[in-house]
Amino acid sequence: MSKQAQHWEKTRGLLMITLAIWFVFSIGIFLFGAEMESVGGPFGYPLTYWFTCQGSLGIFVILIFWFANRQEKIDEEFGFSEKGDD
Amino acid sequence: MIKGNFIDNLPRVYGIYTGGFLAFIIIMAICEQMGMTAKTIGICFVAFTVAIYAIIGYLSRTAQADAYYVAGRQVPTVFNGMATAADWMSGASFVAMAGGIYFKGYGYMALLVGWTGGYVLVASLLAPYLRKFGCYTVPDFIGTRYGGNLARLLAVIVLTVASFTYVTAQINATGTIASVALDIPFQYAVYVGLVSILLCSMLGGMRGVTWTQVAQYIVLIIAYLLPVFWISNKMGAGFFPHFMLADEVARIADLESQFGLGTVKNTAADLATVPKGLAGITKAHSAVNATPWAFISLALAMMMGTASLPHVMMRYFTTPSVKAARKSVGWSLFFIFLLYSSAPMLATLSKLSLIDPNLATGIIGKSISEVQSIDWYQNWNQANLMFVSDFNGNGTLELNEFFMGGKAVVLATPEIAGLPYVISGLVAAGGMAAAMSTADGLILAIANALSHDLYYKIIDPKAETAKRLVVARVLLVVIGFAGATIAAMEIQGILGSVIWAFDFAMSGLFFPLVLGVWWKRANREGAIAGMALGLISGTAYLIWVRNGGSGFLGITQLTFGIFGSAVSLVSMVVVSLITSAPDAATQKMVDEVRVPAGKSILGKQH
Repeated sequence: MSKQAQHWEKTRGLLMITLAIWFVFSIGIFLFGAEMESVGGPFGYPLTYWFTCQGSLGIFVILIFWFANRQEKIDEEFGFSEKGDD
Repeated sequence: MIKGNFIDNLPRVYGIYTGGFLAFIIIMAICEQMGMTAKTIGICFVAFTVAIYAIIGYLSRTAQADAYYVAGRQVPTVFNGMATAADWMSGASFVAMAGGIYFKGYGYMALLVGWTGGYVLVASLLAPYLRKFGCYTVPDFIGTRYGGNLARLLAVIVLTVASFTYVTAQINATGTIASVALDIPFQYAVYVGLVSILLCSMLGGMRGVTWTQVAQYIVLIIAYLLPVFWISNKMGAGFFPHFMLADEVARIADLESQFGLGTVKNTAADLATVPKGLAGITKAHSAVNATPWAFISLALAMMMGTASLPHVMMRYFTTPSVKAARKSVGWSLFFIFLLYSSAPMLATLSKLSLIDPNLATGIIGKSISEVQSIDWYQNWNQANLMFVSDFNGNGTLELNEFFMGGKAVVLATPEIAGLPYVISGLVAAGGMAAAMSTADGLILAIANALSHDLYYKIIDPKAETAKRLVVARVLLVVIGFAGATIAAMEIQGILGSVIWAFDFAMSGLFFPLVLGVWWKRANREGAIAGMALGLISGTAYLIWVRNGGSGFLGITQLTFGIFGSAVSLVSMVVVSLITSAPDAATQKMVDEVRVPAGKSILGKQH
């Protein structure tokens, strides 16, 4: 397999993991909105309410930075990273 | 100031700017103490901030295509994040979002999840690859990847339909704020708003818009957060509201059951007396009040729409590298998060200060005549944003007898909570900044697509740079005026048209963009079918439901993009597979897009 094909395979793998996490916190948990409601969440908010106003949003922010770093590592591994500027 | 090593000096320039703005707020507060009228303060805030944006717009003027279309591709990640956040957060986010949460609770908060979750799709599926491509506009990518003028033209059409729907709402919002702050009729205020918008973008194109958007972000985030923290502290609800409002949320739930929310219903005859556009509290504040599918479908439509809206995507064309584009998406969402996570807190504080009888500001349970004599009630009643009526004739205001406009949550809460008027002036400046920055991005997206893709690439490929940029600017003005004219007619509410824009964009563009990078087999015929059938079927569904159609699968007029994009996906895949695969050159191009290093597909000047 060529270097480029391997790079793309790893990139696709990272995409799948990223989208899986995204799916859980944007869609998955809201299938159980009513069930999570009586559970206490961080800072004392009801759990469903907390996810809609802080939890999912914050997780997305962290997820994007994590994704960007992982992708950069993959690019570096195959020597496809851009030189210089950030 | 904008020359030489301006980029290196950015933190200092915007640091001084932020300090200057804070000093201005303090000066205004002192002026208020010395007896300056509320009206003058409002005018000062709007005039001062708009003047600053105009100066930045003037300093960023340019005659180079690269600077005009993509700000010279040298915007650092953090600043591009701020600019994107301003580009993204519209009048709807600033003025209407907290109000929506206030009235509709959980069901509405799907928008919070959708409008943030979409950035994960932007970062992982599209932005870095389109940056590597080196395009000036989104149709530039479609046109080059799939080849042919028809594909490019269809992308321009989808972009124009979606962005134009969106921009009328933003010009409408600038007009509303300008008319309140400057005290002039709405029909004229719309054009005042438009001129302010054009001042930022006309001379400098993307470069001017970038640096004004950073300035506008700073104004709007201060204007949103300062009142939230202030009100929270004044009420004794907590020093840091985001972490400390659990008791208040629980208290609202108690009051809801105490006041008989959902059990006491108004008759249709009573409701007919309520002025148009005002609503009462009918939904629980924090409890789950929507079905899983209603919540998820709305969130999903907004997420896919986010990844298809060209005015957001083109912000990532301005970063220095592919790597920077990815990080910049993270920063964008961080800056958006600061405001979005505060909106539910503002809604909570606003609702509690109005309905809690234990608070001095609470009005539920007071006598109707007492409420009608409160100063702020009279002001906002006059502005047609508040209304009370004694339906049951007991002389006391009940929860179901109090009505408010959605905008009032952001605009009126500082006054209700007893904050000085300077805060209301600040909020007006913030709303203006939010609406202006989004309008700028949208008008520029449309004008650039028409000037670059339609005029330069299709009609006159030999046009010189100077002529291209003249065409771009003329289109900017024409589109602005067209938008303002439609906005002045006030056909639709701000929030409704914003949500429609997302649905239009995802119907026509989501899959042609994503599959262009991720599926090599996608070809021209498939993309054409995907864009055309997606947009047509989405629009047809919208018209059907608007005219009393029942819809299916619970897809409403707010989520019609789910239907449109499904049609788009199926037709694109089917048509691609029954026609021949893209040629070797195109396949090679896709391979190159997938690798960050190396030259971009399109040259620096194209």
